[in-house]
Amino acid sequence: MLYREAGQFKTTYAADQAIFPIAQDKWVVIAFAAIAFIAVPFLVNDYWTNAVFLPLLIYGLAALGLNILVGYCGQISLGTGGFMAVGAFASYKLMTSFPELNIVFVVLLSGGITALVGVMFGLPSLRIKGFYLAVATLAAQFFLIWLFNKVGWFYNYSATGQISAPDRAIFGLTVTGPTALPWVKYLFCLGFLAFFALVAKNVVRGRIGRNWMAIRDMDIAAELIGVRPLQTKLSAFAFSSFYVGMAGSLLFAVYLGAVEVTEAFSINVSFLVLFMVIIGGLGSILGSFLGATFLVLMPIMLKNAMVDGMGLLPVFAKHVEIMLMGLLIIFFLIVEPHGLARLWQITKEKLRLWPFPY
Amino acid sequence: MNAHVQPQPVPGSGIARGDVLLQVDNVSLSFGGVKAITNISFDIRKGEIRAIIGPNGAGKTSMLNVINGFYHPQEGTITWRGEKRRKMKPYEAASQGIARTFQNVALFRGMTTLDNIMTGRGLKMKKSFFWQCLHWGPALTEEIEHRRRVEEIIDFLEIQAIRKTPVGRLPYGLQKRVELARALAMEPDLLLLDEPMAGMNLEEKEDMSRFILDVNQQFGTTIALIEHDMGVVMDLSDRVVVLDYGRKIADGPPEEVQANQDVIDAYLGVPHG
Repeated sequence: MLYREAGQFKTTYAADQAIFPIAQDKWVVIAFAAIAFIAVPFLVNDYWTNAVFLPLLIYGLAALGLNILVGYCGQISLGTGGFMAVGAFASYKLMTSFPELNIVFVVLLSGGITALVGVMFGLPSLRIKGFYLAVATLAAQFFLIWLFNKVGWFYNYSATGQISAPDRAIFGLTVTGPTALPWVKYLFCLGFLAFFALVAKNVVRGRIGRNWMAIRDMDIAAELIGVRPLQTKLSAFAFSSFYVGMAGSLLFAVYLGAVEVTEAFSINVSFLVLFMVIIGGLGSILGSFLGATFLVLMPIMLKNAMVDGMGLLPVFAKHVEIMLMGLLIIFFLIVEPHGLARLWQITKEKLRLWPFPY
Repeated sequence: MNAHVQPQPVPGSGIARGDVLLQVDNVSLSFGGVKAITNISFDIRKGEIRAIIGPNGAGKTSMLNVINGFYHPQEGTITWRGEKRRKMKPYEAASQGIARTFQNVALFRGMTTLDNIMTGRGLKMKKSFFWQCLHWGPALTEEIEHRRRVEEIIDFLEIQAIRKTPVGRLPYGLQKRVELARALAMEPDLLLLDEPMAGMNLEEKEDMSRFILDVNQQFGTTIALIEHDMGVVMDLSDRVVVLDYGRKIADGPPEEVQANQDVIDAYLGVPHG
């Protein structure tokens, strides 16, 4: 009843091709954005920002980036952790070498540098496909982590090998470093995510996005209708790595503040982001967010329920949490192998007919 | 039914209707020791429907693959619009105006009908990455302009109802039609159809034949057609080339080919003894 498009007639192709052709969708998203931008900043405290919102936003951005590569262009990558490390170390070097550089440009440039590295490691994709490409990108993961661990120049020869973010401000508000306020960090990351989610949506519904999907679905046919395979694949690697690099940069500079490369950007991060994409829904912008939300929030909710609700020991709860997460992932993949986004789509289709499905 | 589609000027400037559009000279193609095509020459003239027929394994599909740059023949030359063609990649052939459909449907299954056909317009869309990111201004204008062209093709092939359906969900006959639509969206000079009617029932075949004739007449597209249904081939095509075991055994108007003893032998077999 509520969700029905009857009476919404499109008279132009522009209206038909709008991001949200159905009015209800548009209003829900606008309301959601308004809450996120206007209401939440007044409500967040340190706990909510650091435990919930920042990981959610940052991993959302990383998942979005990886989804472009895996979900839209069909090139499997296991190098996400390594590429995030590139973003983090790029922003560290930029922040320490050019103290005057605005933090926004630091994040953007880190993304750009990661894009270049991504293209380099994307080169094998022209020759190898599927699982074999996954193995090749795994090499990126190990090589990059080794590099940042081994070569002192990247961490300015600090004794611990750690990198830590100096204070940087935007409009007089400190964004990075220990003095930054929770709501400033939150809004900074949210701004990046919202803007680049819009950009991603625009790109995937245009010519470039269609070319990516064509390569994903049938690369030979794509080539025969004029899609250049090398250019298209590399542009997906670049675009995806740009997002992943920005996520790495934000993770280091805004969220963690100080990182040790083998801990923060290990292979586990690559898998985590890949799982977000798979569970959320391959080839869906919304799916990236759903997947990130699921994998970031669910452990926290389970932990809260078990430790605070049932009074279990935290150590014991942690083990149960890991098992429950595994179960939930299996459950959701059995219910809908195409991810949460597809589940949502089916719900919408049913809602359209509700309450008279026949 | 297609009254609103204006007959368009024949594409491929400089070549008049009836002149040679594509010339294949002494082409041989082999994979290791297997000779797929041996010393074949024929031409395709602007505006005609040229059928390529032959028994299974005769090298018909290999011939199409050679024409659109997917295979590179070891010997022989291909002359396209009066220019000898160098070794090229398939997307280069596509950008020069050669489009094609496949024997087994090669659509982008995860995309909607509309997106599939829009992908065919990709070569004609030029707006830069920057504008694509904004999806506004010139990029939006371009997108809508091409959407309009795509809608014309959708109307032409009568697939309005499945515009927003993912092609993976469509029945086979419609998938074939969407594939034709995608090829047409490229506005090709030469359209290669590899068994457009394979696996169709009589009615679907009749529809498809009508579409092929309409494409040829209204858009002025030159068509090279591979087909096993002899009735269709004889009715549609202007000239027929017959291949058998990678060799050309006949070339000419349908009636002439039909009466050719070599062709009859190739199809029916020759008694040995």
